[in-house]
Amino acid sequence: MSDRQLAVEFRGVSKLYGALAVLKELSLSVPQGEKIALIGPSGSGKTTVLRILMTLETIQAGTVWVKGEPLWHMPKGDGLAPASEPHLHAMRRHIGMVFQHFNLFPHMTVQENVARPPQIVLGVTRGEAEQRAQDLLRLVGLAQKGASYPAQLSGGQKQRVAIARALAMQPAIMLFDEPTSALDPELVEEVLAVLRDIAIEGKTTMLLVTHEMSFAREISDRILFLDGGAIVEEGPPDQIFSDPKEERTRLFLKKIIAAGHRID
Amino acid sequence: MSQFSDYAWMILDGTWVTVKITVVASVVAVIVALLTGVARTSKFFWIRLGPTLFVELFRGTSCYVQLFWAFFALPFIGISLTPFVASVLVLGANVGSYGSEVVRGAIAGVPRGQTEASVALNFTKLQRFRHVVFPQALVAMLPPAGNLFIDLLKLTPLTSLITMSDLTYNAMAVRQQTGSTFIALATILVGYFLMSSAIAWAIGRIERRASRGLETGPRAA
Amino acid sequence: MIWDWDFALRIIPDILRGLGTTVIATFFGSLLALAVGLVIALANRSDVTAVRRSSRGFAEFIRRTPLLVQLYFIYFVLPQAGIVLPPLLCGVIALGLHTGAYLSEVYRAGIDGVPRGQWEAARALNYQQGQTWLKIILPQAIPPMIPAIGNYIILMFKDSALLSIIAVPELMSMSRNIGNDSYRYLEPLTIAAILYLLLSGIAVLLLRIIESRSGMARLTG
Ligand SMILES: Nc1ncnc2c1ncn2[C@@H]1O[C@H](COP(=O)(O)OP(=O)(O)OP(=O)(O)O)[C@@H](O)[C@H]1O
Ligand SMILES: [Mg+2]
Repeated sequence: MSDRQLAVEFRGVSKLYGALAVLKELSLSVPQGEKIALIGPSGSGKTTVLRILMTLETIQAGTVWVKGEPLWHMPKGDGLAPASEPHLHAMRRHIGMVFQHFNLFPHMTVQENVARPPQIVLGVTRGEAEQRAQDLLRLVGLAQKGASYPAQLSGGQKQRVAIARALAMQPAIMLFDEPTSALDPELVEEVLAVLRDIAIEGKTTMLLVTHEMSFAREISDRILFLDGGAIVEEGPPDQIFSDPKEERTRLFLKKIIAAGHRID
Repeated sequence: MSQFSDYAWMILDGTWVTVKITVVASVVAVIVALLTGVARTSKFFWIRLGPTLFVELFRGTSCYVQLFWAFFALPFIGISLTPFVASVLVLGANVGSYGSEVVRGAIAGVPRGQTEASVALNFTKLQRFRHVVFPQALVAMLPPAGNLFIDLLKLTPLTSLITMSDLTYNAMAVRQQTGSTFIALATILVGYFLMSSAIAWAIGRIERRASRGLETGPRAA
Repeated sequence: MIWDWDFALRIIPDILRGLGTTVIATFFGSLLALAVGLVIALANRSDVTAVRRSSRGFAEFIRRTPLLVQLYFIYFVLPQAGIVLPPLLCGVIALGLHTGAYLSEVYRAGIDGVPRGQWEAARALNYQQGQTWLKIILPQAIPPMIPAIGNYIILMFKDSALLSIIAVPELMSMSRNIGNDSYRYLEPLTIAAILYLLLSGIAVLLLRIIESRSGMARLTG
């Protein structure tokens, strides 16, 4: 064990869809507070890693550990048994997720989207939840939009509300699945600015899947390059982007640059 | 003139019975539709089985056959229902079975991302259903539900065949006593039309209120 | 033993004879409904405002009033106007009108479903109005309508039980008569219900098969 406790650890995790192996005995570990960027070609399994952590997908082999406890298993005798719903519920408390397509609740106002979940799930009082929601909406620059419905917002605004909603649950670990890839280019920066604030604040462990290479380089402590359901290479951003060791990493970055993206 | 007022009174009296049957049977229908509709979204076969058989049974025959069966055949196996109870149970179960499909479809139609977001926020299964899935499904249920309430109203004349003195029954009695067939039947046709239209209007209002925030593309949120 | 097998077997032939009349009523009712629905759908698209308004109003009125009362109206009022029709024909007219009012909406949805470009293409090819309908619009509009039309015809089959009220010797009528004569309702009414269930169930399955076939034809063709 390192001196810092691990927030997330995958040990030999395999994920199958029928005969298709999407993750192949994947292992990774993320110390608490670390900011990780997951990059890799389409279909490499990046989203799958996050969805497994969010308990949205089951695993077929290996173990996942969150804050030192097994996520998909429970201790039973000497070994492990499959997790029960109460166990998953207890574990999810540590984790929050921001989706590519926002998934805001359309029947609730912006304010309700952020204030209701803590009341429902954590039993926070209404007054306190409303106050925190206002603070968070100010943080993401949407203090004026509380009374609007999601359908009345732009994509960038929706994603900022989604981030505020996830933060309202105060998770120790935040997962972001391509939070800007469904946005018009001119709206990307406003969302990145919010992510930057969260990263700088420091305490939260972040796992970010992104195609925004320069942003990944800027905010992450470490880059994981996935291909074919396994981690091909990992390291500090500068090393990965300037001096990749693996041929596949090099090829991927070359394609990204050829497609007109900056990696510096 | 007193005779005319007698007949008018019979029509009003019948209307009141029709309204009573419609309201009580609607409550039964909503309960049946929700219980069986929700159960049929279960991933467990054994939970789906009973409600599915129930719904198919009631959709496979007409309300009229069911009403006669409940009133005339059921006593042979030791269950005697009053005309009113037989009426509201059969109409409720019949329309509720069609409503079941509306409920099931509306729940299944809530985008998967909504459930996933509520899992990510650590809602329990019940909380997901209550705060996220059901409120959104409800909006989708309302327009077809409005039509089903009208269908239910339109089925109530069948209860006159098992001796309920509803609007149709009383109008037919007026027809017998006065011989003015056209007036009696035209009156109640218009009566039913007005009641149906009132239901359509009311549902339209509720619909507009319930769809607040959802009018511009709920799927995009 | 509550259920009397001997009695049940003895009455089956009579009940099956009633089924024949049910099928006849459904068949001619369907033909009439298809025609009525088409007339209403076309009138609803008329350039003459008065035609449009009255046909829409008429269809709405039919949809918002009970089939049983419509049946009474045709059966009791028409003779007063000097039009005396056999009961079966009255029943076919009621079923045809009622279902036709609903089918007009199915036609409308089907016709509206044909992309605007198809009309423009027909004009570009210099097709005449009739040719456009026959060669371009209907071939595209009809296949998607088939499931909905099928469902309404199955509904009509079940609703045709109502004709027993005006003494058409169909399935329900036969079993009710047996019940009245023998004071045993359990067997005849149950057998009738099972027959409705069985036949409408088979029809639903057939419809699903047709649906998936025509769906594939559309995808590949
Ligand atoms: N529900 C599913 N059923 C079958 N296969 C799936 C399913 N979900 C994902 N996959 C497959 O799993 C693989 C990994 O998917 P994943 O979404 O994790 O990739 P990704 O790295 O996030 O890609 P992208 O950059 O396109 O988002 C892909 O080949 C995908 O087709
Ligand atoms: Mg992905």
